[in-house]
Amino acid sequence: MTLLEGILIADFSQFLSGPSASLRLADLGAEVIKFEREGTGDICRTLYVSDTRIEGESTIFHAINRNKKSFTLNLKTPTGLKKAKKILATADVLIHNFRPGVMESLGLSYEEVYTVHPEIIYAEISGYGTEGPWRDRPGQDLLVQSVSGLTYLSGNRNDPPTPMGVSISDIYAGAHLVQGILAALFQKNRTGKGARVQVSLLESMLDFQFEAITCYYNDGRQLPERSEINNANAYVAAPYGVYKTKDGYLALAMNSITVLGELLKCPPLSVYTDSKKWFSQRDEIKKILSDHLKSQSTGYWLEILEPADIWTAEVLDYSGLVDHPGYEVLKMEQDVLFGNGFKMKTTRCPIRINGKRLTSSTGAPSLGEHTLEIEKKFGLT
Amino acid sequence: MSTLPLHGLTVLEFSQYLSGPSAGLRLADLGAKVIKIERPGTGDACRQLSIGNQWVDESSLLFHTINRNKQSFAADLKDKKDLELVKNLIRISDVMTHNFRPGVMEKIGLDFESVKNLNPKMIYAEITGYGKEGPWKDKPGQDLLIQSLSGLTFTTGNGKTDPVPPGLAVADMICGAHLVQGILAALIRTQKTGEGAHIEVSLMESMLDFQFEFLTTYFASGCLPQRSLINNAHSLLGAPYGIYKTASGYIALAMMPIHKLSAAIDCESLNKYSEEETFSKRDEIKEIIAGFLLQNTTEHWLEKLIERDLWAMPVMNWNELSMHEAYRALDMEQVIYSNGAKPVTTTRCPIRMNEEKFKSDTGAPKLGQHNQQILEELKEIVH
Repeated sequence: MTLLEGILIADFSQFLSGPSASLRLADLGAEVIKFEREGTGDICRTLYVSDTRIEGESTIFHAINRNKKSFTLNLKTPTGLKKAKKILATADVLIHNFRPGVMESLGLSYEEVYTVHPEIIYAEISGYGTEGPWRDRPGQDLLVQSVSGLTYLSGNRNDPPTPMGVSISDIYAGAHLVQGILAALFQKNRTGKGARVQVSLLESMLDFQFEAITCYYNDGRQLPERSEINNANAYVAAPYGVYKTKDGYLALAMNSITVLGELLKCPPLSVYTDSKKWFSQRDEIKKILSDHLKSQSTGYWLEILEPADIWTAEVLDYSGLVDHPGYEVLKMEQDVLFGNGFKMKTTRCPIRINGKRLTSSTGAPSLGEHTLEIEKKFGLT
Repeated sequence: MSTLPLHGLTVLEFSQYLSGPSAGLRLADLGAKVIKIERPGTGDACRQLSIGNQWVDESSLLFHTINRNKQSFAADLKDKKDLELVKNLIRISDVMTHNFRPGVMEKIGLDFESVKNLNPKMIYAEITGYGKEGPWKDKPGQDLLIQSLSGLTFTTGNGKTDPVPPGLAVADMICGAHLVQGILAALIRTQKTGEGAHIEVSLMESMLDFQFEFLTTYFASGCLPQRSLINNAHSLLGAPYGIYKTASGYIALAMMPIHKLSAAIDCESLNKYSEEETFSKRDEIKEIIAGFLLQNTTEHWLEKLIERDLWAMPVMNWNELSMHEAYRALDMEQVIYSNGAKPVTTTRCPIRMNEEKFKSDTGAPKLGQHNQQILEELKEIVH
């Protein structure tokens, strides 16, 4: 039996945050129905686009929505709303990520859904919470990164604020939503009661920064300073960073500067015997290291450092990564099939259960692909 | 406060540093009793690891941040008597987590199969760096190293610049979140069937999942993602997506139709570009926007953009954010107390349930602080 077998998720969410949560629930065995607007569907099918498309839709949509069913309806008509409510009556979880007020105006507020179905887990993602001056602002990943202070942690001291190039707030808030939903389902099995679960992109981004921001809260609220060069964490001492070599790059995590000095045959490092200064003098230490490491190849340095148990690694791009035997052995890729027979490659769920990888060959649905099937199943016609 | 959702569950945390303990922290937030099993004398190695050179007592602020609301049981797993006590704890617990390198728990005799014999309902959850086979299995599973090997450092920063690691422990955090997901889903099955489960995640697989949009696109196109040459924020997205300097600071622009942007800010030079060109010509479009936005303040541009419901926000540092009313409305901070140590301000759990915020003022434990209490509880159960 899969972990979430028999659990039905009614997913009204769009883009990435909510849909990444329902993807994980699908991975773990739940049945996910995407409720999509007739004609256009999840905006992610068209608006959120890369220049690479599969079957006319963005690769991103396909990555996020595999293993789900698509049900189209018009929630603004009485018939559409009635259909939605009929499915909701048997659903275990509702997910949405509309701005505050939208579900209310559709007649699907928490109170209304709870009244007819008190066992439901009503799970929602907002941008900035449901109160306060930003409640109606767009809850979009880059915008939340930008107000959260996160952009002042990456890059070097004199760089402009540097956003993370992956949609961290959407993905991390989605992960929190899954945690809240599962904890609420666990509780429901004991008490019979449903719950309202709320996360916001901004609260998730504050949680993401909890180590660093706790430093800030407790050091008299001094702003973090990224190191001048080779920054990888504003609060961590030298050598922590990524360094250029003769033919590529080398990552060095927390390591002793004097030990590194000996191993790398870099005498200028030997004067830094006081480990407290590895933080206060990190810029000059990093400068010495960065000049020295340029003289040889990544492989040359790794051959010296790895046998000595130094925390180091080469720096790979995707082509270097997928060609590496360390990647191959993970078997992280899977093929998914569309209803029309088209096949594409994507990643699988990162969680293994009882030694088994969780895979599913079901691709993302075309818009309304399962409408008829679902109407029949729930007696909606 | 009503009963927390995981009330009554006991989690044994053999994990150290951040990845596993961040999962334990979330389970504690949600109501589980989390007991850290720590080596006598030194304990979780994170106690001695400081960031920003900040200490609370004999342990670092970092340790206190990650391990609030937990108990500590000091036990030497290489000592027969201590190991027997730990096995007794395993018999009455629901979940255990560890993030040792492959082979360590096998040597101690606390691998999944052995634990299953002690407690068939146990959810046994473990984090490795790179899985348990292949050439990376014995490499240190450290955050920056995983970032570097996983391709992540080529997603941030501008094109043609060096790889840029995000300045936070993203692999540890995301992987810890995945472990919580696996544990909770397994607990739901245990409620129905009574069976335990073995949950495995690795920092590397979590970082591949994190980049699933990029990898899927790469599998389809065969082309490495190209960061834009200036103002990069997402290599798969066209202009204007990025952060721009203004006369007073910085502004973030998300996805928006280019003609709507040009109308909102009155930038005629953008009119010659069609929506289809916003990806293929994004560098030159971004250059025009970057030059144009320098002429006025963030507030000025925001007013024009927000008026038209275009997706823009100011770029803030923590001083600006924490003084903002929108931040205060979240009530995200809480103060925690450890016995005898100075109070620490930190963040609360980001999940709300039934409109309740989960807070707890219980700080991190001293090493072995709960040995006596736990031994007494064990005695009561055994007899």
